Amino acid sequence: MTALDALTPQAPPPAEVTGGGGAGPWRSAWRRLRRNPAGIVGAVIVLLFVLVAVLAPLLAPFRPATSEWFGEVTPTSVPGPSDEHPLGLDSYGSDLLTQLIYGARSSLVIGVVSTAVGLAVGALLGVLAGGIGGWVDTVIMRLVDVLLSIPSLLLAVSVAALLGRSPVSIMLAISAAQVPIFARLLRASLLAQRGQDYVVALRSLGLRQRRIVVGHMLPNSLGPVLVQATLTLATAVIEVAALSFLGLGDPNPAVAEWGRMLVTAQDRLDQAPWLALYPGIAIAVTALGFTLLGEALREALDPRSGR
Amino acid sequence: MTGVSLLDVEDLRVRFQRKGQPATTAVDGVSFSVDAGEVVGLVGESGCGKSVTSLAVMGLLPRRGTSISGSVRFDGTDLLALSPSELARRRGRDLAMVFQDPMTSLNPVLTLGRQLTEVLRAHTDLDRAAAKKEAVELLGRVGIPDPRRRAGEFPHQLSGGMRQRVLIAIALACSPRLIIADEPTTALDVTIQAQVLDLLTTLVRESGTAMVLITHDLGVVAGTCDRVNVLYAGRVVESAPRGELFAAPRHRYTQGLLAAVPRVDAPEGTPLHPVRGSVNDRLAWEVGCAFAPRCAHADAACRVPDIALSGPRPEHTARCVHPAGTPLEVA
Repeated sequence: MTALDALTPQAPPPAEVTGGGGAGPWRSAWRRLRRNPAGIVGAVIVLLFVLVAVLAPLLAPFRPATSEWFGEVTPTSVPGPSDEHPLGLDSYGSDLLTQLIYGARSSLVIGVVSTAVGLAVGALLGVLAGGIGGWVDTVIMRLVDVLLSIPSLLLAVSVAALLGRSPVSIMLAISAAQVPIFARLLRASLLAQRGQDYVVALRSLGLRQRRIVVGHMLPNSLGPVLVQATLTLATAVIEVAALSFLGLGDPNPAVAEWGRMLVTAQDRLDQAPWLALYPGIAIAVTALGFTLLGEALREALDPRSGR
Repeated sequence: MTGVSLLDVEDLRVRFQRKGQPATTAVDGVSFSVDAGEVVGLVGESGCGKSVTSLAVMGLLPRRGTSISGSVRFDGTDLLALSPSELARRRGRDLAMVFQDPMTSLNPVLTLGRQLTEVLRAHTDLDRAAAKKEAVELLGRVGIPDPRRRAGEFPHQLSGGMRQRVLIAIALACSPRLIIADEPTTALDVTIQAQVLDLLTTLVRESGTAMVLITHDLGVVAGTCDRVNVLYAGRVVESAPRGELFAAPRHRYTQGLLAAVPRVDAPEGTPLHPVRGSVNDRLAWEVGCAFAPRCAHADAACRVPDIALSGPRPEHTARCVHPAGTPLEVA
């Protein structure tokens, strides 16, 4: 190689510079997300959790909550791992691994549905408050403040107690606790957008306020909401378990549920501590996965973390 | 000024009232007019009220804490009297605005094409495909190379000059009759400034659109405007056809502004003459000439309330007790 060659700049890879239409802000956030190891760990955990939940019937060695081997459980001992049951039996004589796998299912369904409901209602309130402003804003935000002043688990417990024990009431209970968080967050995001130059520019073009809020300010405000939704899924998984631990969960014993597994494991903590350990780990790891992913998303969407 | 002008701003006053603070008067009785197809400059230093004037004309000032009086007649209708929705219907279609900072005046998460089609569809009955085609055409018209591809790109993929071109395209999208350009080139590199200014004036002249060009840069005015209004402390202090303003400025402030402009053709070592002090050292117009505290020619006679715009001819008036008779005699 001659000296001249060394000085001649190599042709730059054209993909980034001329990426014709493919370099939106979401895409560059996605690129940053992929470079974050914690985010990848979180994403893998979340992906595994979702796969296990969705494919439960294929993955589980048995059907859930059958109490098929109830005879093998005695008041003083629960059978441990064997060839047939890799994690042993639970205290009702069902396969523990099967129960864990199906437990992922109820956690996912309740967690996702409640977060979706909380997000939808909260976002609607937030958009109304931040987009319209004035007395609408005042009324909504005072209501939200009231909701927010109640500790979320207490709120969830009250709602669950009020509506009775059913899967729907658990979802509503958990989403009720999430509504104020999303409402406040989105309102704050929208207010931050309101003073931006591009909003004034859009007004100067005669676009309607509704169009500006929904079509322009909202897409610019979604980042923090997306992050919060991911983090909230972690909380939701824990709250589902907490509610059933407190006896406010799904009353149907045929539905495997991590929180209830913890409750029943309590009586046999001295004989078979693993009965509590496995669902406990499952809850913790799932929550950790969502949290890692959420934090990574936060970093990826923050333009200041220029990575 | 004969006949009915396209835009007629009469005695416009804007006051900002904050809780627990004395009200600030940003615009203190500004009057000027723009004829159809005419390019009029509003010149002044920071804080003289040029931007507030333009925002008031467009009805873009926040309602709360702002009181506006006077009249802004556009084609005979008083814009200040219109309801917000009636005004919104006119904005973008009849009058549009080009803003100072192209880096922040575009929505970062939408493609350029989307932002153009949106305006087109808000004010015309083009369908999606036709609007898209028109958007690409507009991008081409403002000199953006490969407009079809650029239409699919996001603002951060373009340079400042290119973005300002896009903003110009957006403002011109619905062929408004008046464009207000608020410091359209201030945020750009000098080399790009000339290009963008050139583009803007060419397009405006071609389409017969009138333009109010707001700037602090007399160089910008020199190349573009038909008529110039010099603003000081919220009032027009001199109004003249461009040539006369540069050849024979009458107001001492205008003179000072011209003397402060660096000239390439000046002999080496010629000092610049800055206008001393800042807009903050001023009097209320009700007390006397607001510029008096900074003026070398000021005397007791300048302390008369509400000095009127006057001059030998109605085309060239100045709000000055001791107007200059000779060109550029520097004190």
